[in-house]
Amino acid sequence: MTRVAPPDATFDVEAIRREFPVLRETVRGRPLVYLDSAASAQKPQPVIDAEREVYERSYSNVHRGVHHLSMVATESYEKARGKVRRFLGAAASREIVLLRGTTEAVNLVAQAYGRAHVGAGDEVLVTGLEHHSNIVPWQLLCGEKGAALRVAPIDDTGEVDMAAFERLLSPRTRIVSVAHVSNALGTVSPVRRMTELGHAAGAVVMIDGAQAAPHLAVDVQAIGCDFYAFSGHKVYGPSGVGALYGKAALLEAMPPWQGGGDMIASVTFEKSTWNELPYKFEAGTPNIAGGIALGAAIDWVDKVGLGAIAAHEHELLEYGTGLLERLPGLRLVGTAREKAGVLSFVLDGIHPHDVGTILDYDGIAVRTGHHCAQPVMDRFGIPATTRASLACFNTREELDALARGIGKVQEMFK
Amino acid sequence: MDDLRELYQETILDHSKRPRNFRGMKEANRRANGHNPLCGDRTTVYLHVEDDVVRDVSFEGSGCSISTASASMMTDALKGMTLSEAKDLFDRFHALVTADPSRTAPAPAGLGKLAVFAGVHEFPMRVKCASLPWHTMKAALEGGDRASTE
Repeated sequence: MTRVAPPDATFDVEAIRREFPVLRETVRGRPLVYLDSAASAQKPQPVIDAEREVYERSYSNVHRGVHHLSMVATESYEKARGKVRRFLGAAASREIVLLRGTTEAVNLVAQAYGRAHVGAGDEVLVTGLEHHSNIVPWQLLCGEKGAALRVAPIDDTGEVDMAAFERLLSPRTRIVSVAHVSNALGTVSPVRRMTELGHAAGAVVMIDGAQAAPHLAVDVQAIGCDFYAFSGHKVYGPSGVGALYGKAALLEAMPPWQGGGDMIASVTFEKSTWNELPYKFEAGTPNIAGGIALGAAIDWVDKVGLGAIAAHEHELLEYGTGLLERLPGLRLVGTAREKAGVLSFVLDGIHPHDVGTILDYDGIAVRTGHHCAQPVMDRFGIPATTRASLACFNTREELDALARGIGKVQEMFK
Repeated sequence: MDDLRELYQETILDHSKRPRNFRGMKEANRRANGHNPLCGDRTTVYLHVEDDVVRDVSFEGSGCSISTASASMMTDALKGMTLSEAKDLFDRFHALVTADPSRTAPAPAGLGKLAVFAGVHEFPMRVKCASLPWHTMKAALEGGDRASTE
């Protein structure tokens, strides 16, 4: 086991905690120990304020009006899009489609790209790590088209078997879609290499970045992927907003996904023409205040520093791993060499549901179940895990509380 | 701690660690599968019914301690009951575990050992765990073969 370095003195976790009002909440008189950020992240005050201020001072529908408020709202919304572009390292704002979240993004690509490019006998390649949102849309597409869904298996540590991944690529592979970071196991996958391999086989490559964006710097141009999706609610932003990055040439060639207002240039009953990118894929009134607040979340993360957050979380992950490894009767699930933010485990003879209820009683919030990754659970022969997941505001003391709580659970079931 | 101790009290822990009637049943003439999609609890309930009386009842499956204990205690309680007694017991158990925590109504009578599940209603997220085996049993008696907590 690697020697754990002392906490980074420059990362003021107490100051960061003070920015999250929800951390003042108590659960049955106990302080809230929130270890469920992989499900959804809490929001710092500036993000909450940004969303509220839109409604208090500048709310209006975007893109269409000529009056003052509509101009202010549009500018703020488009500024947020620019922030997402920089956050992902994309070349142009027209390559950033704002939508509801990662699930919606995968469905958009499966439908607007997949339907036109995947036919009978073709293949879509995913991995054994995937969240249901990066499995089901492809199953639906393959079912519709008579195509095959191929799955690169994972090994006992929760890493993708890259030799198998390479072998599974074929001239029939049209789309490769992979998770950057596994929400169930925390595995960080080699997406740059996977993209190279996918391209060499003539496929387009999509990356599910929902679990990656809060924990590590994303540079879509460096990765080289064709599509990249993430969800705002996991990066300290509001729920109901997220983004799909797509290479301009691909998005240009794709037919629209949802029809309606804003995605059109002109409409007659005989024919409609489409708006330019990215609006072609943004039908209807968007989550205006949510989008602007997502921009505030990105600003906040930039201010704290994603590198500093990653280092803090990494140190916590090492500390937590060490703590849990020492507990008898506990087995960590997901032990990849490179991981981010997730500690999934099983306890001998005790169902995760029971673990979660008893931990909850002491104010410790973890997630129990299959984490929308039933195939991952099946791979490890278990119905569920208990998952503690980390964010920038977690502390060693909270992990100590988790370990004590687990001891209590085991005591109760002796 | 009282609520938690009540939920995980001795009888429930005992039945979850050493479930009674935990076996298949070749001569079953009623059976159903139950599944809680939220957490993955699965249970199959087998019954042998003759002349409207439950002669034998057993279960198989995997799940949390609450669902296992509930199934175990249910099978103990049902043996020898008539079908209408079984239906009545279902209603009383269901009322017990879904009782509104804010209302202090007395627990339904005639539940015997099953009254230990009174604590479940303080944990709304676990009510489905306790009631899954019962929904499954009811589906089996009604001739259906599948039950869900949804």
